[in-house]
Amino acid sequence: MKAPLPALPDRGGPAQPMLTVNGLRRWFRLDGKRVIRAVDGLDFSVAKGTTLGIVGESGCGKSTAAKLVAGIEPADAGEVVLDGEVFWARGARIGPEARRAVQMVFQDSHSSLNPRMTAAESIAFGPEAHGVKPGAARDYARALLEAVGLPPDRFADRPPMALSGGQRQRVNIARALALRPRVLLLDEPVSALDKSVEAQVLNLLVRLRAQLDLTYVFISHDLSVVRYVADEVAVMYLGQVVEQAPASVIFARPSHPYTRALFASKPSVDPRRRIAAPPIQGDPPDPVDPPSGCRFRTRCGFAEALCATGTPPLGTVAPAHRVACWMTVPRSGHSQAGVAA
Amino acid sequence: MTAALEVNGLEVAYRAGRGFVPVVRGVDLTLARGKVLALLGESGSGKSVTLRSMVGLTAREGARVAGSVRVLGQDVPGMTARQQLDLRGSQVGFVFQEPMTALDPVFRVGDQIAEVLVRHRGATWAEGLARARALFDLVQIPAAAQRLRAYPSELSGGLRQRAMIAIALACEPPLLLADEPTTALDATVQIQVLLLLRDLQKQLGTAVVFVTHDLGVAAEIADEVAVMYAGRIVERGSAEQVLLAPAHPYTRALLGCVVRGGYAEAPLVELAGSPPDLARLPPGCSFAPRCGSAFGPCGVTEPAEVARPSGHRARCHLPLPLDDRGDGHAGAETTEAR
Repeated sequence: MKAPLPALPDRGGPAQPMLTVNGLRRWFRLDGKRVIRAVDGLDFSVAKGTTLGIVGESGCGKSTAAKLVAGIEPADAGEVVLDGEVFWARGARIGPEARRAVQMVFQDSHSSLNPRMTAAESIAFGPEAHGVKPGAARDYARALLEAVGLPPDRFADRPPMALSGGQRQRVNIARALALRPRVLLLDEPVSALDKSVEAQVLNLLVRLRAQLDLTYVFISHDLSVVRYVADEVAVMYLGQVVEQAPASVIFARPSHPYTRALFASKPSVDPRRRIAAPPIQGDPPDPVDPPSGCRFRTRCGFAEALCATGTPPLGTVAPAHRVACWMTVPRSGHSQAGVAA
Repeated sequence: MTAALEVNGLEVAYRAGRGFVPVVRGVDLTLARGKVLALLGESGSGKSVTLRSMVGLTAREGARVAGSVRVLGQDVPGMTARQQLDLRGSQVGFVFQEPMTALDPVFRVGDQIAEVLVRHRGATWAEGLARARALFDLVQIPAAAQRLRAYPSELSGGLRQRAMIAIALACEPPLLLADEPTTALDATVQIQVLLLLRDLQKQLGTAVVFVTHDLGVAAEIADEVAVMYAGRIVERGSAEQVLLAPAHPYTRALLGCVVRGGYAEAPLVELAGSPPDLARLPPGCSFAPRCGSAFGPCGVTEPAEVARPSGHRARCHLPLPLDDRGDGHAGAETTEAR
C-alpha cells in the first residue's frame, strides 16, 4: 500500500513512551455550584506498539478521557506528551503534524460518518485536507478499504446507509488510518456490534496494530474485550484510575475491591458455574458530588472511617502494578492494611 | 397442567416495499411452567419479534402472523384485542430492554404499578399503592416509600429496571417475557438485576422467556436455551447441552467468539461474513454461506430439525454428535478464567 502522506518520524526510540498523560483534569460545571468531576487527575503512559485498555462503567469518565487525550475536548489542567514532545497543554495549539499522529474511532459508527459521503470519500477527506491531490487520496482510500477487509470495487461508492454496523466501523478505522497516525484512540469501537462481528473487528485491530506499528488506547465497558486486546489495563471509577497493571497481572491478581467486583460480575458461559450472589450492591453514584475520600467506599465491603476522610493515592504495590486503596498502603490505619495486597 | 407456552409453526413477516419480508420463519417452542428459556441470537435473528408475537404485539403492528401460539392453554391469535389486553399485564408480564422508554416519564413509578393492579385486579387506588410498596421491597429497591413517589428520570438505570420488573410481576403472572432486560445496564448492576430475576423466578414459580444475545447471561439464568439464526431456531436443548456440547456449527461459532484470554494466547475464532438479508435468503440452509462445515446438500435443501433421545435438537445436515458431553468441539469446554 503506497501512502501519499509521509510516515511520522519516531523521535525518542523504542524505550520512550508513545503517550504520557499527566494530571489530566476535566470538570463540567452544570449550574452555579454543581460540578461533574468527569476526569479528576489522570496519569498514565503507554509504551510504543502496545495497547492500554481503559475499563469502567458508565459515568466513570473514560470517554471524556479519550477526548481529552485526543485534544478534541480541552482539559482544565494537565498535559499530554506524545513521544517526548508536548502534544497538548493548556493554551497550546495542536500543530497539523501532531493532529495526524493521534486519531480516534468512536462507538457510534453511524453518527461518526457523514451520511452524504461515500466510504471512499470519507476516507480520502483527511489526506486531502493535508494537501494530498484528490486522485492520489482516492487511490489510497481504496487501498485502505482493502486493508480493512472491504473490497473497494464493492464498497468504495457506498454511503454509510448501505453498510452494516461492522462494515461502517471498518470504514471508520480506515478513515482514522488514512492520516498515518501513530496512536489510535478507540472509544468503545465494538460495543454496538454483534458478537460474531465483534470478533472480526477485534482481530482486524490486533492485526493492523502489528502491521502499521501503532499504539492503541482502547476504551470499553466490556471487560472481556479489554482482556482480549490490552497489554496494560487501567480500571476507572468516577473519574479516577483505581488500579493499573499489565493485563497478565491484573487478571491473575486483581487488588482493588472494585476491580475484583467488576471481574466477578462477569458471567461465564458455563451453566454449571453460576454466580451465587452479586459481588456488590447498588449503582455507581452520581458523578455530581462524588463520595468524599475513596469514591468507591459507598459500595465497598471493606470501607472504614479512614476511607471517608482520605483519598487513597494510586500507589505501587508490585512492579508496574498500581492500586488506589488504603488496604494496600502499609500502616495506613485501615484494619486490613497490608493484608489484601 | 397446561404448558406455560406452546408455539407451533410461528411465522411473522413485515411489509417492506411491495412485498413481505419473513422475519420469523417457522418457530416451534414449548416451555413448562416454572422454567426459564433463553432465546439466544444476534440482532436481526428474529428473537424479539418471536417474543412480541407471544402476546399478539406483532399483529397489532401490521405484521403478517401465522402459526399457533398458546399461552397457558389459551389461543393468543384467536383472541380479540380486548382479550389480549387482559392477557398482557395480568397473566403475562413483559420487561423491556430500555426501562426509560417503557416507563411513562410523566407519572410517578408507584402510580404506574398501582395502575396495573387497579386495571387488572380491580384493586382500589390505596390497595394498589400498598401493594406497590410490597413489590418495591420484593425487587429490593431501598428507601421504597420515597422511590415510589419518584419519576422514572429520577431513578438510576438499575432502579428503573427493578421498577419495571415490579410492574411486570404486579399481578403475579405465570409467564414473564423479558427482552434483553439487563443489556443496557453496567456490569456490576447487570449481575444484580439478573440474579434478582433468577431469585424471583424461583420464589414465585414464574415461567420466563428471556431474550438475550449474551451467552454468559443465558448460562446464568436459563434451564433451556434456543438459538435463533435468520428467523429460525437452529438449536435447542438444556442449557448444559447447548452451551457445553453445542451441536449446530453456528452455536459453536458463537462460543468461539467468547473471549477466554488475550489475543496472543487465545485468539478468537472468527465467524466470517454477516447474517443474510432476510429479503434475499440463500437457498438451502441460511447459515451455509458462513459455515465451515458446509457440504453438498447445505446449499440445496433446508435441514429439518433432528432430535437426540435426550431432547437436544438441531437443524443441520451434519449428523449430530452421539454424546451430549465431551464431543471434542473447540469451545465446548469452558476454560474461561476469571
